[in-house]
Amino acid sequence: MFGNLQKNDRLLMIFFIIMVLAGPIILAPFGAGYPDLLQRFAIFGIFAIGFNILFGLTGYLSFGHAAFLGVGSYSAVWMFKLLTMNVVPALLLSVAVAGVFALLIGYVSLRRSGIYFSILTLAFAQMSYNLAYSVLTPITNGETGLQLNLNDPRILDAADTSGSIPSTNFFGLAMNSTAKFDVLGMTLQFNVGFYFCALILIGAFYLALRIFRSPFGMMLRAIKTNQNRLNYTGLNTRPYTLAAFVISGMYAGLAGGLMAITDPLAGAERMQWTASGEVVLMTILGGAGTMMGPVLGAGFIKYFENIFSKINDNVLHAWFSLLPDGLENLLVGILHFFVGKGWHLTLGIVFMLVVIFLPGGLVDGATRIMKRIMNRGKSDSASAKSAAE
Amino acid sequence: MSYLEVRGVNKRFGGLQALDDVNLSVEAGTIHAIIGPNGAGKSTLLNCFVGKLIPDTGTVTFDGQSLLGLKPHEINQTGVSRVFQTPEIFSDLSVLENVMIPCLAKRDGAFKLNAITAMSGQTDIREKAEQMLLDVSMQDKMHMAASSLSRGDKRRLEMAMCLSQDPKLLLLDEPTAGMARADTNNTIDLLKEIQEKRKITKVVIEHDMHVVFSLAQKISVLAQGHVIVEDKPENIKGHPKVKEAYLGGAH
Ligand SMILES: Nc1ncnc2c1ncn2[C@@H]1O[C@H](COP(=O)(O)OP(=O)(O)OP(=O)(O)O)[C@@H](O)[C@H]1O
Ligand SMILES: [Mg+2]
Repeated sequence: MFGNLQKNDRLLMIFFIIMVLAGPIILAPFGAGYPDLLQRFAIFGIFAIGFNILFGLTGYLSFGHAAFLGVGSYSAVWMFKLLTMNVVPALLLSVAVAGVFALLIGYVSLRRSGIYFSILTLAFAQMSYNLAYSVLTPITNGETGLQLNLNDPRILDAADTSGSIPSTNFFGLAMNSTAKFDVLGMTLQFNVGFYFCALILIGAFYLALRIFRSPFGMMLRAIKTNQNRLNYTGLNTRPYTLAAFVISGMYAGLAGGLMAITDPLAGAERMQWTASGEVVLMTILGGAGTMMGPVLGAGFIKYFENIFSKINDNVLHAWFSLLPDGLENLLVGILHFFVGKGWHLTLGIVFMLVVIFLPGGLVDGATRIMKRIMNRGKSDSASAKSAAE
Repeated sequence: MSYLEVRGVNKRFGGLQALDDVNLSVEAGTIHAIIGPNGAGKSTLLNCFVGKLIPDTGTVTFDGQSLLGLKPHEINQTGVSRVFQTPEIFSDLSVLENVMIPCLAKRDGAFKLNAITAMSGQTDIREKAEQMLLDVSMQDKMHMAASSLSRGDKRRLEMAMCLSQDPKLLLLDEPTAGMARADTNNTIDLLKEIQEKRKITKVVIEHDMHVVFSLAQKISVLAQGHVIVEDKPENIKGHPKVKEAYLGGAH
């Protein structure tokens, strides 16, 4: 397996697969081992990996990628309504429709670069968002969002007699079924939906790795450093950037489709600029242009969103209940602003700290720590040697 | 018709006539130098060859084909490579990658979606790039980031990038500017060596007279956008018009 990868990349791939598949076990002690959050880690991981192919390699900063995510979700839900609750056609359509959208938006936006490119993509995404809310209501169901109904045709599925909306499934394997085990006072939850997303995440990561190490990937990196030189070297940069844009748009569509698979509804807010901004944050926080960075960044932000936003004053009081009352109230009063609804504040501070002190993102930080440990190990053994002599 | 034929090229920047009815004939297999004082329009002229600028009037024909209206990458694909006055390289990539890119461009054309094949499997490209770096004696810097090279090495790298494409026409804009004497001599030797081996037609812009007279078969003198003389090196040296352009007229 992976015979076409270099040794380091093969190790990276194996490490990644183990981490992802063991996710429900590794993350359980951190209170993040439940299916809903695990699925989100995987889905936003895919979104960010795809975004990184465009931003990390070419340096083109799109502020409109949530549009492709939203389009992917709508496509998938329509497939569930019309055709079947099987996830395969839904995902195929999500990716295809997002690809077509990305081709159109990319073709126009890539006529400019730098900030003008970013603004163009932002404008297109806001346009899609507003259309989804208003004019396109017959397709998107406007404010309410697109939902499944009992009387949807679903022409490929057998008539349902249970009287409830059937679950999304992979050839009969229901996405919402979960196996639970109680171990050491924790509940480990192995959910079909998560493992489906996880396998696709692994595939998406592998494909991205192949792209990073290919001649195509090298051209994209060259575009980031010196587009001019590339032109005078006989390369037409436009199709390269467009291909990168479409590929990353398809990743976003895939993520959108998976969102609909784990929770079969789609709303316009998925396309809003805040959602586009979020994937930018994920990629930069984790480390743009690195393989692991976007996945780490996505996990980090989703963890914050889910865990920090659930900490309220009662939880804080419980934490500090051993302290004297005055101190306890003071600490709770201060921390109050950083948790619960204030988790954005914490995220903002972390983001600023990372950008200022670790321009290469979390991955940069991790490699620096690794290096320091390695160096210390080396100098230790060196001094041990000289002492022995 | 000559290999590179420039007829009646004019270029204005606002009120400035940067090129004024320029004619140039470059013969196949020769080195043709363009000299002239600062601001004479030398770089502007090269820009008109590679598609960076479009002349207001006039024609540029290379190997029987008009270059006007072609995009930079299309012009390169017809066999024209250029070294810039300030080195244009891929600073974030390694020296080796810098040379592999032009090799790929030569092999695969202006666009190829080879996103799944591994770069490490491109042994032919790699060998070609390594050989090129050996030719310019930069093999021990292969894995350095291009941004960490000295200015002279950056020029040499850019030259290697252009040469790796086996161009039919090589345009060099002051290839030795900013180089120490020893480096300059190395570069001259390199250019001479290449000339013996591959006979690439070259247009060289140069300030350094030593370089010009030791390389060129023909020299055009440009002053204020106009070609005042075009002749063999030995006839240029003492030419009164040239002396005037360099000492008097330009200021
Ligand atoms: N893009 C441009 N817009 C406006 N003016 C320009 C532009 N490019 C060049 N010029 C002007 O045209 C004239 C010729 O410039 P050019 O760079 O061709 O000179 P040169 O002969 O290469 O000089 P040097 O020896 O300094 O490199 C100069 O006066 C320059 O200021
Ligand atoms: Mg110049």
